[in-house]
Amino acid sequence: MAPNSSRRSGHSRRAQYSVFTGYLLAGIGALIGAGLLVISYWQPSAFADLRGAATDVAAPAGEGAAVVRGGSDSFWDRITAYYQAGQQNAALREEVEIARIRLAEAEAVEQENIRLKGLLGLSVTETEPVAVARLVGSSSTSSRRFAYLGAGRDDGVEIGMSVRSARGVVGRVLEVSRSSSRILLLTDSESVLPVRRATDETVAFAEGRGDGLLRIRLINLGINPLEVGDIFLTSGAGGYYRPGVAVAILSEKTNDGGIARLIADPSATDFVSVEPLWQPEAVESADTPIELELAE
Amino acid sequence: MERYSPAARSDRYGSRINRTQSPLRASIVPYASILIGSLVPFVLLADVMPLAPPLGFLVLIAWRIMRPGLLPLWVGVPLGAFDDLFSGQPFGSAVLLWSLTMIALEMIETRFPWRGFWQDWFSAGLAIVLYIFAAMAVSGAAPTIHQFIAAVPQVLLSVLLYPIISRMIAWLDRYRLSRSRRIG
Repeated sequence: MAPNSSRRSGHSRRAQYSVFTGYLLAGIGALIGAGLLVISYWQPSAFADLRGAATDVAAPAGEGAAVVRGGSDSFWDRITAYYQAGQQNAALREEVEIARIRLAEAEAVEQENIRLKGLLGLSVTETEPVAVARLVGSSSTSSRRFAYLGAGRDDGVEIGMSVRSARGVVGRVLEVSRSSSRILLLTDSESVLPVRRATDETVAFAEGRGDGLLRIRLINLGINPLEVGDIFLTSGAGGYYRPGVAVAILSEKTNDGGIARLIADPSATDFVSVEPLWQPEAVESADTPIELELAE
Repeated sequence: MERYSPAARSDRYGSRINRTQSPLRASIVPYASILIGSLVPFVLLADVMPLAPPLGFLVLIAWRIMRPGLLPLWVGVPLGAFDDLFSGQPFGSAVLLWSLTMIALEMIETRFPWRGFWQDWFSAGLAIVLYIFAAMAVSGAAPTIHQFIAAVPQVLLSVLLYPIISRMIAWLDRYRLSRSRRIG
């Protein structure tokens, strides 16, 4: 296809100037973009309000998409359930038997817990979620892993609060606006979460790799005690996350820890709950520079 | 009396008698389609790795390649700023990369004025691959090998999607220029 003849400037001075101006404006635009990018790195929260306002506007559309997503999930579930009903029935009956036994054991443990807490004088109760909302969107084109939640400052959500689904931890609130908030998912490559193995006190960090898996890095190096299938829970260190919430399951062993898969799959969850900061004092003191602390 | 076939009085933009194009529609459709393209990936939920193609960018380069001169050269600034609000990238990344893309496509067109489908696909594909990896580089996180591997399906999907997007844009262009307004 030949180019449109009106786009050739030829000898016309005016046309030449307009082509030149076009290039100039585009070049200035690129420079503005570079400048904005530098500001974004330097002050990551500089454009948070702008972004938040835009997300507030777009969130209802995401809410609709979330409803459709949830509906289609259950629709497929219903069809597969129809085909697997017999098998499932037998499997479920067996599972219920085991669950009853485990429940009895858990009751015993709970009793023991109450007794021990009474001895220690602790009064830790089940935390009430700040808000329950849908995940309305995500950064599905970017290499960063953010999700957007349909609850914001008006619902009491604050920066740093942890977000969990019924299965386990999903992420942490990064930015809050009026009626929506941005969440750093565990799979993001900048996300680090202190965890411990469910069966003992082996502590580690769960770092996102950016490809959907978590890297478990042991804090105490030595002989790697981990085994494939180990379940990791939040340890409560750092003060952000409540301890004892499921995070990941180990799928591969490496020299300094392992590679783990997420337990709570955000795209498969319908609603997520936002939980208050576990230990606000710990978070606050971690944010305070040591010089300031010493000066007081 | 001899009757004309009704098809003889119309072309692909509709009837040629007492109809004219709507200037509003002709100017709004390209921008609206790019903005919608930026918004669609926002409502998709990708929690493990980037999966959705950068639709806003794809629609932009499809319009740019199919209708050179329709979008001004500096259009990457406002449209990129809108995309940045929803893409999760640090603000300014699409402003920069979309502006650079517009300049690069303009230069390619000046250098190789006679173009065809394969060359268009090649230059669009190159732009898409470079854009996705450049966006990863400016995303604010240190790039790792795992991120590169995770981005490969997204890159392939986006490059393969381009011909389909350009057909859709061709359809939108026919809609844009269809004679919808009745005169007289």
